[in-house]
Amino acid sequence: MLDDFIIRATLAAIGVALASAPLGCFVVWRRMAYFGEATAHAALLGIALSLLFEFSVFSGAIVISLLMASLVTLTQGRSLFLDTLLGVAGHMSIATGLVIVSFISGVRIDLMAYLVGDILAVSRMDLLLIWLGAITVIILMIWRWSPLLLVTLNEDMASASGFSPKKENMVLTIALATVVAVGIKIVGILLIVAMLIIPAASARWIVSTPEGMGIGAGIVGISSAILGIKSAFIFDTPTGPSIVCVASIFFLLLLIVSLVSKRTKNF
Amino acid sequence: MLIEVTDLNVRYGAKTVLKNLHLFLNRGEIVTIVGPNGSGKTTLFKAIIGTAPISSGKIKLKDNLKMGYVPQQLNIDHSLPMTVGRFLLLAQQKNQKAFEKALEIVGAKDLLNRQIYNLSGGEMQRVLLAKAIINEPDVLLLDEATRGLDQSGSAAFYRKIENIRNDLDCSVLMISHDLHVVMGASDRVICLNGHICCEGAPKSVATSPEYKALFGSDVDGTFALYRHSHDHNHHTENEKL
Repeated sequence: MLDDFIIRATLAAIGVALASAPLGCFVVWRRMAYFGEATAHAALLGIALSLLFEFSVFSGAIVISLLMASLVTLTQGRSLFLDTLLGVAGHMSIATGLVIVSFISGVRIDLMAYLVGDILAVSRMDLLLIWLGAITVIILMIWRWSPLLLVTLNEDMASASGFSPKKENMVLTIALATVVAVGIKIVGILLIVAMLIIPAASARWIVSTPEGMGIGAGIVGISSAILGIKSAFIFDTPTGPSIVCVASIFFLLLLIVSLVSKRTKNF
Repeated sequence: MLIEVTDLNVRYGAKTVLKNLHLFLNRGEIVTIVGPNGSGKTTLFKAIIGTAPISSGKIKLKDNLKMGYVPQQLNIDHSLPMTVGRFLLLAQQKNQKAFEKALEIVGAKDLLNRQIYNLSGGEMQRVLLAKAIINEPDVLLLDEATRGLDQSGSAAFYRKIENIRNDLDCSVLMISHDLHVVMGASDRVICLNGHICCEGAPKSVATSPEYKALFGSDVDGTFALYRHSHDHNHHTENEKL
């Protein structure tokens, strides 16, 4: 079954969608979309370095993303212009990455594959890595779900109840770097944040509990993955962007559903 | 002794926020910290809770000390759907009896199914108080919990705190700006301005020159004002906040 590249692609996309769902909720609740962007941009630097020194692209991406995300987590609350610093660090990484790639001679590198994903080239090894990463993230998020919610609402309150905001934030950082790294092959650096926030935001229209939002985001994400890959075949379009387009359609549809059913009174 | 702070110093960068601070809290006490803006009141709380960087000194908490903290506000975003009921049990071992008692004390039963971002200021304050006492804490920490309440509302709130102290046999450490009402509701008052200016029984603090120097001459008679309103408000004992 895994011999079929479409099956591999679909399974890989489902893995990323599953891991993105609970993490994506926190990205939305904590307004971390920009943080996610910076982490994703850092991944390109990681990719460039791994191409230059010839080690695995996956490990390069995860190490540099983790470095970036940790730096941001550590400076959080200390700097009043975190927003700008994130922009500086993220774009610095992406620019440096692109310059480094231009120095690598002899190899033709398809940058588009990293920017928007290359899901049809997912190997068995990629699939294994993606699912290992996804399962790690899902276990982390389920395990730390309630403490993370408490930290999100008020760090002092969480600390008084015996939870360490620093540790909980680190869990998010690790999860974010992992999702970015496993998502590169599927939707690419440009669209990984879309996989995090669009399914979660779509689910938000019709749910009234945090858990409902996590599960709803999973359903939207997986449906987008399957339908996106199908439609990419039918219309001969790039796969990653097609998945994100389907997710965006879900967002609009659920918005309409919520407006019609007047659920918006809770929003 | 539940909390013992010895020679505490907290610095943020080059700025010393708390200097050589000593403080203790016994079981059953209500201690109020007053001080002008920027005097380090919230930083002191954060140091006790464990979210402020301690440069030197020691904070000793009783073993397994349970703290209930009432923050000024939550970082609640409309994107986060959460009912009051869910919030109260968040990261909490479910204890139905304590849960219902907390709701009873603060009067939040009718709020259980409401979304927390839709609560008014007063309702939010009741919910935050319920969340803090649901775990039957040894110490209740209140950070300007009466913000937005008028004087009689504040007086009613402090009576509620007194009742909670008696009910749960806990200590209360609170920050307050309500000079008018808070003094008489406390066993001890600590006047903070980076360091401790003066402390002691409310009456002696209110008449001390340090206290007057810090809050200006307009505090004259505030203590009498509290006594006055307190004398005439006993019938509101069971009123909801």
